[in-house]
Amino acid sequence: MLTIDMATTALREVNATLQAQAREGGQGRFVLDNPRGAHAVAVGLDAPIEVIVKGSTGYYCAGMNKHATVRVEGSVGPGVAENMMSGEVEVAGDASQYAGATGRGGLLNIRGNASSRCGISMKGIDIVVHGNIGHMSAFMAQKGNLVVLGDAGDALGDSLYEARLFVRGAVRSLGADCEEKEMRAEHLSFLKEILARAGADAAPEEFRRYGSARKLYHFNVDNADAY
Amino acid sequence: MCGIVGLFLKKTELRPRLGDMLTDMLVTMTDRGPDSAGIAIYGDEVDGLKITVQSDTPAEDFATLEAEFGGAGRTVRVVDTHAVLTVPRAEAADVAARLEARGLRIMGAGASMEIFKEVGRPEEVAARFGIRAMGGSHGIGHTRMATESAVTTLGAHPFSTGDDQCLVHNGSLSNHNQMRRKLAGKGVFTRTENDTEVGAAYISSRIAEGATLGEALEGTLRDLDGFFTFVTGTRTGFGVVRDPIACKPAVMAETEDYVAFASEYRAFADLPGIGAARVWEPEPATVYFWER
Repeated sequence: MLTIDMATTALREVNATLQAQAREGGQGRFVLDNPRGAHAVAVGLDAPIEVIVKGSTGYYCAGMNKHATVRVEGSVGPGVAENMMSGEVEVAGDASQYAGATGRGGLLNIRGNASSRCGISMKGIDIVVHGNIGHMSAFMAQKGNLVVLGDAGDALGDSLYEARLFVRGAVRSLGADCEEKEMRAEHLSFLKEILARAGADAAPEEFRRYGSARKLYHFNVDNADAY
Repeated sequence: MCGIVGLFLKKTELRPRLGDMLTDMLVTMTDRGPDSAGIAIYGDEVDGLKITVQSDTPAEDFATLEAEFGGAGRTVRVVDTHAVLTVPRAEAADVAARLEARGLRIMGAGASMEIFKEVGRPEEVAARFGIRAMGGSHGIGHTRMATESAVTTLGAHPFSTGDDQCLVHNGSLSNHNQMRRKLAGKGVFTRTENDTEVGAAYISSRIAEGATLGEALEGTLRDLDGFFTFVTGTRTGFGVVRDPIACKPAVMAETEDYVAFASEYRAFADLPGIGAARVWEPEPATVYFWER
């Protein structure tokens, strides 16, 4: 295990050290001390390493992650795990806007609340939020799963494609072309598996499923009111 | 982009450190806005009114201030390009008019509030005005990346349009010209073309009409259009509101000792006890307010 003190090591050097692991085919465990809200911590990782961040980070933490596991023992700023390809990102605290935006794979596990636009344009990522999410979450989400143990803000799933949304609490309002859907056995078994993976204390039966009504896939003037 | 910071102290023991803590927060936000910086400090209250003025040629303009405006019960304190005059409340309007007639720019007035703002990097601006050494109960600061109006001293935040009231803003208002005309119709005039000053004037005019600060901040959600995170100060209070879209970043922290606001968590990193603070992101279209 290598401990890097971000109070004395430049951010570029920190990320270069972590990224070098992929080229060396390395595995390993890294601890980052004193992140102090720094931006772009542990971005662009491309190896099955584990990174523990001892505190809160700023924008774009663990962006573009592939294979790595990043655990933040604090809160994260806007754009955590943006465009993640695979691996896992866990946040002990809260996440700011657009958590997991455009993510293509892997698991983003937020133990606190996520703010607005959580999972915006997600394309295959799984996101579990143990608390609440803000407005415009899963806007234009195309693929993947957003699982929320708490409540969702306004306009959930606006202009949604084929991503699946599961919310246990209240949904303030649904966005255009988003509707509640039947919970089938396949969804319950998926929830059972992902809740266990995320260490979330909830039962699959407590969730409701939301998805696309598929009215906005192709422009049709009869649907103009829905836009 | 812009960076905003605010600090409201709950414990008097921290008051001597207000300027120091706020300066650290402000300097950390430099890369969100290196064009200009400003800070409003709510320090010791005076009996009369403190008027803060600015001049681009302080050596000439401030040389005769003491002779003209000093005397018993009055003080004149020159700090770099700014001067703070303390005058009896009854004479304040007259003094302000005479100062403006001399070409000085009024930054703000209040029993407690002093405003210092200039073009330049936040660290230099804070150093020129000796902000670190200033004590007080609360304060707000701003680092500006100019979008809606020119990079000038008058375009820097905070904006004050009422005694002991000030406002800093991250975002841009889209209906500020229309609102400026509406306010002018009510006899409320702004000094600049800046959108933020309209936000400040809107709140001041609502308060003058009898609204509480909380009600005035609620009104911004109804009457102002555009993107905004507003942080406001009054003689005894500190308030925050974000527009319903809330795309401008904001984070808050609260301990038994203080409430802090910043555009980014980084600005909190050196605050005492931040590790144990309650840290959260203010909800859109929601007014947060503290009074002492």
